[in-house]
Amino acid sequence: MKKKQLVVVGSGPAGLSAAVQAAEYGVEVMLLDEHSRPGGQLFKQIHKFFGSHSHYAGMRGPDIGRLLLERAQSRGVCISLETTVWGIFQDRVLGLVSGDRTDRIQADKIILATGATENALRFPGWTLPGVMGAGAVQTMVNLHRVLPGKRFLMVGSGNVGLIVSYHLLQAGGHVVKLVEALPRISGWGVHASKLARCGVPIEVSKTVKRVCGRDRVEYAELVSVDAEWNEIPGTKERIEVDVVCVAVGLNPLSELAWIAGCGHKYIPELGGWVPRHDESLQTLVPGIYVAGDVTGIDEASTAMEEGRIAGISAAETLGCISGGAADAVRDKAYTQLAEFHQSPWGIRLEAAQRKLRAGEQDGA
Amino acid sequence: MGKPNHLKKDMRIKNHPILGKAPDGVWVEIEVDGESIPALEGEPIAAALTAAGIRILRITKKYAEPRGVTCAIGRCTDCIMEVDGRPNVRTCVTAVKAGMIIRTLKE
Amino acid sequence: MALETGGYLSEAGAAKLPGVPSRNRMERGACAVIECAQAIPCNPCVTACPEQAISIGIPLTRLPVLAEDACTGCGLCVAICPGLAIFNIELNYDEKHSRISLPYEFYPLPAVDDPVRVLGRNGEKLCSSRILKVRTAKQFDHTAVVSFLVPKHLAMAARNIRPNRANDNE
Repeated sequence: MKKKQLVVVGSGPAGLSAAVQAAEYGVEVMLLDEHSRPGGQLFKQIHKFFGSHSHYAGMRGPDIGRLLLERAQSRGVCISLETTVWGIFQDRVLGLVSGDRTDRIQADKIILATGATENALRFPGWTLPGVMGAGAVQTMVNLHRVLPGKRFLMVGSGNVGLIVSYHLLQAGGHVVKLVEALPRISGWGVHASKLARCGVPIEVSKTVKRVCGRDRVEYAELVSVDAEWNEIPGTKERIEVDVVCVAVGLNPLSELAWIAGCGHKYIPELGGWVPRHDESLQTLVPGIYVAGDVTGIDEASTAMEEGRIAGISAAETLGCISGGAADAVRDKAYTQLAEFHQSPWGIRLEAAQRKLRAGEQDGA
Repeated sequence: MGKPNHLKKDMRIKNHPILGKAPDGVWVEIEVDGESIPALEGEPIAAALTAAGIRILRITKKYAEPRGVTCAIGRCTDCIMEVDGRPNVRTCVTAVKAGMIIRTLKE
Repeated sequence: MALETGGYLSEAGAAKLPGVPSRNRMERGACAVIECAQAIPCNPCVTACPEQAISIGIPLTRLPVLAEDACTGCGLCVAICPGLAIFNIELNYDEKHSRISLPYEFYPLPAVDDPVRVLGRNGEKLCSSRILKVRTAKQFDHTAVVSFLVPKHLAMAARNIRPNRANDNE
C-alpha cells in the first residue's frame, strides 16, 4: 500500500494553504480533490475580496486560486484531481476512487479541508427544475458560463445571496427580487447597495411560500412574515420567475470526519455539526486535522489562515519544524483570524470557535 | 429589462465583464433523448443541456415528478441521467465527449 | 436604517460618514467620496491612495477616514474598493453640472458620448446624461471608472448609470 507523509483532502483555499505551508517545511504532500478543477469555490468568486494585503484584499477569487495553485505546484505538492476519498480507516488509511480505479493510501497525517455544502429550503414546489442553490447558480454562471434561466428570485440576503445576485446581473440575468425572512439584510451593506443601485428590489420580512409550474419553475408566491415567522395575512404576492435561487446558509461537509471517528459538536454559529478540534486543529483522532469551512462556515480568507495552522501543525508532529517555530506561525495566523473577525458577526463566530478549541485543550 | 445583447440565444454567456470573452472550445454533438444538441467538449453534460434550454433531467420513479440541476456540484444526484448506456451518471460533474448518448431516466 | 432594511444608504446617512468630504471641500475641487458605512475588515483603499489621504488603522474594521485636504481627487481609489463604495465627484465641473465618476463592472462598457440613464442609490431614475469618460487600467482589474455629468443638485444622489438600449421599455 502506498504511503504518504501528509494527505490533504480538498483543494480549496484551506487545503491549498495547508499543502503549501507543510511543503514549505519539507513535508511530502499529496492533495486530493473529487472535482476536475482545483481551488474549491475560489474560481467562482469573481468579485474582489475584502481584508488586508495579507488576505489578498482587492484580488478576485480566481486570481487568488491561481496564486495558491502555483505555490503548491512549485513546492512539489502532488495534486490528484477527480479523486474521491470515500473512507478513512484505522491507522489513517484512506480509500480512494478515481473513475473506475480504486486505491488505498496510508498517511502519517491527514488534513480534512472538505469545505461546506448548501442548506436546502423546503416549500411546496421546491423540487421543480429551476429551484437551485445560489452556489449552484454561481457554478453554472461563473464556471460553466451558462445562464440557468432569465428571471431570478433570490431567497436569502446573506453574503452568498447578495454576491450571487450581483454575479447574475453581470452575466446578463434579471434578478426580479431578493427576499429575506429576517427583518434586516444579513450580509454586508455594500453588497446590497451594488444591487439596489441597479434597481433590484430587496425586501425584508418576506419569504417564498411556494413555487409553481407544470414541470419547471413558472412563478413564485411570496408572503410577508412577522417576527415569529408567521405569515401575515393578505400579503401574498406572485412574481413570474424561471429560477428560484436558495441562499439560506451552508453547513460543514464533515462526512469524512464522522467516518474517521472524529467527535462532533452541533454549533449553530458555525453552521451545524463541526468536528471537535484543538488549537492545532487536530481532531480527536490523532493525526487527523481539519481546516476551512469544515471547522465552521466562514470565508476564503479565514480558510487560508486555518490551512496554514493545520499545515504547520502537521509539519510539527512530523518533526519537520520545531515546536517554537510552529507556535510562531500559529500565533500569527490566529492574530490574523482575530483581526478578520472584528465585525459584529465575526465576534460571535470567533467566540464559538475559541470555546470549541479550548474545550478540547481541557479534554472536556 | 431588455435582453442583454451579449447572450447567445442558447443561454451561453458569450461576453462577461470579469471573465472576458468565452474561450475557444471544441464544439461537438451529443444526443439527448434522440435529439442532437451542440456541446463543448469537456464541459459538464448538465451545462450543455442547460445551455440548450433543457431543464428536466430526470423523472422520479414513484410520483413521476420532474427534477433538474439543483446543487451543480455532484452532491444531490438530482441531475442523474443515463449516459452511453450507464444509468445514474451525475451530469453536473461528468464531462461531455463527442457522440455521447444521453437519456432521461424515467425509472 | 435604510442600509439594513433596503440595502442602500440615505443621502443624509451617507453625508455623515467619515469617508465623505465636507461641502466646503467639495466646492473647492474634485474629491473622493467614500460611502463605507459598516465595520468590514477591509483596507485596500488605504494603499491605493498616492497621497495617503485615506486611513483606517487597526482594527481593520474601522471606517475609512478621508483627510479631505490631502485628497487631490485623482480617482485612483474608485476602482480598488471591493465594495464598489468609492466615488469621485467634482461638484463644480461647470456652472450647472457636477462630474460623477463611479466604478462599473458590466458588459458592455459604455463608450464616450453614449446616452445613459442616471440612477440613484435605490436604482430610481434621476436624469439622463451622456458618458464623459471611461477609464480602464490593468491595475483596476476589470473595474472601469465611468464619468458623466449631472445637474449639481443631484451630485450626492447619482450613484449608477444604465446605458440606453434599443429595446428598453423601462
